Amino acid sequence: MPHTAITANRLLDGFVIYLTAVGGWSESLADAAIAATEAELDALQAAAERDARAGRVIGPYAFDVQPGADGPVPLGQRETLRTLGPSVRTDLGYQATRR
Amino acid sequence: MPLVRNGAAVQDPWTAVTTADQLDRSGPLLVTLDLWRTHRDRLAGRTGPLGLLLASDQSPALVADDLDRFDLIALEFPKFTDGRAYSHARLLRERFGFTGEVRAVGHVLRDQIAFMLRCGFNALDLDERAATGWDTATTAFSAWYQPATDGQAPIPARRRHAAQARAAAAVIRSAPVRPEPARQPDPVGSAVCAATWAY
Amino acid sequence: MYRYDEFDRTFVTQRVEQFREQVARRVSGELSEDEFKPLRLTNGLYLQLHAYMLRVAIPYGTLSSRQLRRLAFIARRYDRGYGHFTTRQNIQFNWPTLGEVPDILAELAEVEMHAIQTSGNCIRNTTADATAGVAADEIADSRIYCELIRQWSTLHPEFSFLPRKFKVAVTGSGRDRAVTAAHDIGLRLKRDADGRTGFEVLVGGGQGRTPILAVTIREFLPAEHLLSYLEAVLRVYNQLGRRDNIYKARIKILVRETGTAEFARLVEDEWAHIRDGDLALPEGEIARIRDYFAPPPHEALDDACPELDAQRAANRAFDAWVRSNVEAHKRPGYAVATVSLKPHGGIPGDASADQMEAVADLADAFGFSEIRVTYKQNLLLPDLRKRDLFAVWRGLTEAGLATANSHRLSDIIACPGLDYCNLANARSIPIAQMISTRFADLEREQEIGNVTVNISGCINACAHHHVANIGILGVDKKGKEFYQVTLGGAADETAAIGDIVGPAFDEDAIVGAVETVVDVYLAERRDAAEPFIDTYRRIGIKPFKEKLYAAR
Repeated sequence: MPHTAITANRLLDGFVIYLTAVGGWSESLADAAIAATEAELDALQAAAERDARAGRVIGPYAFDVQPGADGPVPLGQRETLRTLGPSVRTDLGYQATRR
Repeated sequence: MPLVRNGAAVQDPWTAVTTADQLDRSGPLLVTLDLWRTHRDRLAGRTGPLGLLLASDQSPALVADDLDRFDLIALEFPKFTDGRAYSHARLLRERFGFTGEVRAVGHVLRDQIAFMLRCGFNALDLDERAATGWDTATTAFSAWYQPATDGQAPIPARRRHAAQARAAAAVIRSAPVRPEPARQPDPVGSAVCAATWAY
Repeated sequence: MYRYDEFDRTFVTQRVEQFREQVARRVSGELSEDEFKPLRLTNGLYLQLHAYMLRVAIPYGTLSSRQLRRLAFIARRYDRGYGHFTTRQNIQFNWPTLGEVPDILAELAEVEMHAIQTSGNCIRNTTADATAGVAADEIADSRIYCELIRQWSTLHPEFSFLPRKFKVAVTGSGRDRAVTAAHDIGLRLKRDADGRTGFEVLVGGGQGRTPILAVTIREFLPAEHLLSYLEAVLRVYNQLGRRDNIYKARIKILVRETGTAEFARLVEDEWAHIRDGDLALPEGEIARIRDYFAPPPHEALDDACPELDAQRAANRAFDAWVRSNVEAHKRPGYAVATVSLKPHGGIPGDASADQMEAVADLADAFGFSEIRVTYKQNLLLPDLRKRDLFAVWRGLTEAGLATANSHRLSDIIACPGLDYCNLANARSIPIAQMISTRFADLEREQEIGNVTVNISGCINACAHHHVANIGILGVDKKGKEFYQVTLGGAADETAAIGDIVGPAFDEDAIVGAVETVVDVYLAERRDAAEPFIDTYRRIGIKPFKEKLYAAR
């Protein structure tokens, strides 16, 4: 199974967030918890669902990542864009604020 | 689940039954369409109030000829997003002239209360949280744009009334002072009280 | 244009307070996301790829300068300084926060605007031809009827939980500039033999997974029966539309599965019960709404305008702009001008707050303070004196809004695509940018003439690629973005669904593919007067297929 991480959107501003290893949520994919096995993924998804039910995050879902030296890298186009912002407005989104 | 009928929280006297062996129970009995169709004669001959539960894909047109046998029609919202029962309630009231209790059951949430009342539901089997929001839900809007079952004057009719009242006031202001005429019926005022409204 | 009275103002204010209270219950956790989602959607609030998105209604695409300035203010104060105009004549803001949305709605309510029912399974913004009221060929101003429909459909208690979204369009002339054939209900204004105003009623148009053109269920519906008839259609749809599968839940599927004649019969049966009831529209009520759309105080002018002719002769760029972006107005001496939101290499349909204010200023100075939003994601100044066109053009040029490409190839309709949208499979905006850059030569564009190019980032077809002369659909093939081309679609009264030309092209090949399509057209057309769509209809898809896939 490919490595996976969990992403969602934050309730108050809708921004993209990632489930971290310590159970909170971070704006940075580098902080995301990575599941290498089905069991690990189940645990992450359960934690994410709990937070969704508690109303703190919206629409969590798992996505494939490639672990890397500088942190995980998304394998999908959508999730790559979610770490950055619109490709046509590089002055907007995380790509602008994380500089 | 709190039942609110005609604006007041009440105990539900009805027993919902789903199988034939329960049909012998006394007291108000709420039966499914299947049970009604299968045991029609037996149920029709029964004393005591009878109610019919319609699923969201069962139109009241299916029982149009039998409506006078029921004191209660319960319309189901399996999910609150399934809006078929709004049409069914309106048909019950406006097409078939049903005057018994029309009750919303199933997924009945606070933010649908106002719509349900407008469509002719007079009883709602509410979600717990919804009951506490009743007043806010029913007073959020002072007027609506379209006529519905509840007979409230829709905004276009209220506009016409307001325009007529302004015109009448203008006439009164512009008329010379003279003795009050004999009491005439007030066509504008009585029109306000009409149960249904011309758009 | 329509002006709110005390009832309208009270209504939108109450709606804002209702939503404020619903947001509070969501934030406190009393409402789950599942319960809140339909409530926020019916206030136009989506959750998208990077943030929330708020879709504000611009009823039948008509704005006052005051309203446009408020949109600019909202863009600056609550968003990132810009907005995006859509194919349904609405505007979208891409970065609002949940807590501030009630404040945004309050700002809108102050200028008689709202975001009611711009999303959700309910009746959406009823759209009109953007030149309603000024088009020389119109039978009647479609906006009168759009306003009547807007009010009737607003928070309709019976139709707020439909099987799926519901879109209505009204066109005021025999030329369909409102894409009625692609709507759930399309209404075409006409007059009968006795001169009565009424509508041809079409139902069941839609794009997406299953593009279908609407069919006529009633040849002539007298205007006074408009609302009762719509109520009958909606009541049939609400009861019988499929609820088991969201991909089969639109009315187009119901009409197809029931059959046109039977569907029409169901509607007529229901309508027979209600046609003379509370929804009948007395002429007085129609007249009352019509008065709001009375034309502004036009001067009595000659249609000939020597000043304009001289200015055109003296300035090539201005002349090019007049040829592409200016259309005839029903009043002599007046004109309609498209404000292009499609700068070559720019993001189609986006306008900055500064640009919105520039357009508002021009509308105040020259255009009776009125602006329209078009189906093609442009703006329009509908009411200009011919002799003011040069001043308008200069003002637009300063604001970067004078690209002379209205209805030309680079006047591309593009959805936000994967850059913004959760549903997308591919990015659409960069493709639009590459194509418009490749064809940025004005003379070449003029030579190619009128052609519609639409780019959708997914099968939901929000950019209406099915009814484009050249339609492009972004797809995901093994994680890579590919682009499928359709040809021969049309969105006007000759409406047609485009034909898939062959296998998809990747990001590097798609622009070349469009070039090839254009080359075939230029080679095969009878003369410069034969537009792309006519050539396509004459020669068919084969010559295009051959050239596109020659190397394969």
